[in-house]
Amino acid sequence: MYQAKVTNIKITGRGGMGILTAAGILAETAFLAGYDVKRSELHGMSQRGGSVSSDIRFGKKVFSPMIPDGETDYLLLMADDQADVFGHDLRMGAEIISSVIFGPSGFPHKKSLNIAMLGALSAKLDFHHKIWLDVLEKIFGKEVVDINISAFNLGHKIMNQAIAEKHQ
Amino acid sequence: MKHVGLNVAADLLFTAAYSGVSGGLVFVVADDPGMASSQNEQDTRRYAVAAAVPMLEPSDSQEAYDFTVLAFNISERWGIPVILRLSTRISHSCTIVEHGNMPIAAPDPGFKRAPEKMVMIPAHARPAHKRLRIKLEEIRKWNEAEGPNLTIAGKGKPALISSGVSFAHCREAAPEAPVLKLGMTNPLPIGIIAAFARKHGDCLVIEENDPYLVTEIRGEGVNVRGKEKKFRIGELNVSRVKKIISGDKSPDPEPAKGMPPSLCQGCPHRTVFAILKEMNCLVSGDIGCYTLAVLPPLNAMDTMIDMGAGITVGLGMRHALPENEARRVVSVIGDSTFIHSGITGIVEMVYNPPATGHTVVILDNGTTAMTGLQEHPATGRKLDHRKTNRVIIEDICRGAGVKNVQVFNLPGKADKFRGELKKALDSNALSVLIARQVCLLAALRIRKLEKAQE
Ligand SMILES: Cc1ncc(C[n+]2csc(CCOP(=O)(O)OP(=O)(O)O)c2C)c(N)n1
Repeated sequence: MYQAKVTNIKITGRGGMGILTAAGILAETAFLAGYDVKRSELHGMSQRGGSVSSDIRFGKKVFSPMIPDGETDYLLLMADDQADVFGHDLRMGAEIISSVIFGPSGFPHKKSLNIAMLGALSAKLDFHHKIWLDVLEKIFGKEVVDINISAFNLGHKIMNQAIAEKHQ
Repeated sequence: MKHVGLNVAADLLFTAAYSGVSGGLVFVVADDPGMASSQNEQDTRRYAVAAAVPMLEPSDSQEAYDFTVLAFNISERWGIPVILRLSTRISHSCTIVEHGNMPIAAPDPGFKRAPEKMVMIPAHARPAHKRLRIKLEEIRKWNEAEGPNLTIAGKGKPALISSGVSFAHCREAAPEAPVLKLGMTNPLPIGIIAAFARKHGDCLVIEENDPYLVTEIRGEGVNVRGKEKKFRIGELNVSRVKKIISGDKSPDPEPAKGMPPSLCQGCPHRTVFAILKEMNCLVSGDIGCYTLAVLPPLNAMDTMIDMGAGITVGLGMRHALPENEARRVVSVIGDSTFIHSGITGIVEMVYNPPATGHTVVILDNGTTAMTGLQEHPATGRKLDHRKTNRVIIEDICRGAGVKNVQVFNLPGKADKFRGELKKALDSNALSVLIARQVCLLAALRIRKLEKAQE
């Protein structure tokens, strides 16, 4: 049976961390890269600090907007205390990307952590860098676009270093 | 609107179906199976049947777009209200949409006198009901012939019948199964369904919420199967649909718990609930951010049913409980909820005062915080934040005949509030105490707005 492989990415954290913004950027990038994309999110009481999570799925053809149990390929953890919550959603060998990659004190600019994490994820996906940057420029206003692009690039670089170290 | 919003609008829906409409009237109603942020998981499809109006169920963003256009076309062609039924996942998901040309221009406004159609006295309503049933039968025939229904060929058993987001789960859970996807689920294209069932034999209906489709289809004498009872509760997903198909009876994994929400640090609601708790009040609460006061550490709410019930349930408790308990009852309601459905409760309180009197606390944080900081009539700004007339909550209460109406600007007047609350509870008077302090999140936004207007 032929089933085109769908890539499943879950972004989780708490209200105010920019999860939906990050999910939007990822979905738009996948769309511009030519994939079918579906994205869904739950954020019932997010403004009150509750959990927020978003599923982004892309591939040749995506049906359900929700990632089926045990099929998450990448989990982006904006808040580390969410790791246990989504543990059962992971596929064998799934990758968890958490803010720990930025060192023990986390990413210096809290407000652009979401974009730095996307930068880190981008090192694992095969979208052109240019598409990511185009989307970032489209989403962010003049005042904050540069900060976000450098956060993205830093995340990308740090993940690439981590990958290189692993292969040494 | 939310599914519970249709409860409030239902009175209009039922009779607007009789009167008919001259332009397009579409009710966009989102159900919340799994209750991501609602107080129940009622199924709107029952309303479509009960009110005898057509209903469309999109299964992704593209269909949400296409079916909206279709809903208006149907509404205008037959002069009938139409329900576009969404669910949490349809509303909170984005899928790729191709825009069509916007085909619908609103007709020129104007009023043609037709009291026999628009004034629903029984003599007019009897023929109107007959007209409605004729329209529905015409729409059913249209649905059979050219409705937005889709048959996907496949092999294997069972064949699936589905609608809405469940259809997307079906395609993923059983990519090879034959599927009949219903886009218009009232009136049902029973001819198409019967033909599909005859062709495939074993047919399983996959639907979220109530066993609506399966009951209606079986009621028409077509033999199809439905899901196990337990799948009536909670949202469906690919894993659950696989279980329905294979008859797997194993329990579902615990859903992700996550961080519970809580009132913000510095939220004015906290001050009030701390005092209510300290005074050991029985709190008849309402819906909004402040409902979070039910959770630890505050644990300071005893009832919450629907918008407006804070006042009326509190009154009921005052009437029914023994005096020493009745005296402890306080109704708590937010400013937006007060405007939406609290005013009739105040009228009831004045008209039928309990023997021990009653105390209503209005939490006026100058916004509709819970649902995303929308304006409301008591903020003096329209939804797009432009200035407009402000409805004064204290004037409404005084105008209705409440004698003791006081406003406390928190947090400065918290002690004064505590003192006046105690006095009100000890007396047999009717009191409305308004605790006023702008929500911190709204204050930020208001400052930005005012800066922009400078
Ligand atoms: C009939 C109905 N319509 C809409 C809603 C959604 N809803 C939940 S809370 C709320 C308003 C909350 O505003 P407010 O009372 O001012 O409290 P706040 O969140 O600002 O503390 C609304 C509209 C609902 N629960 N029921």
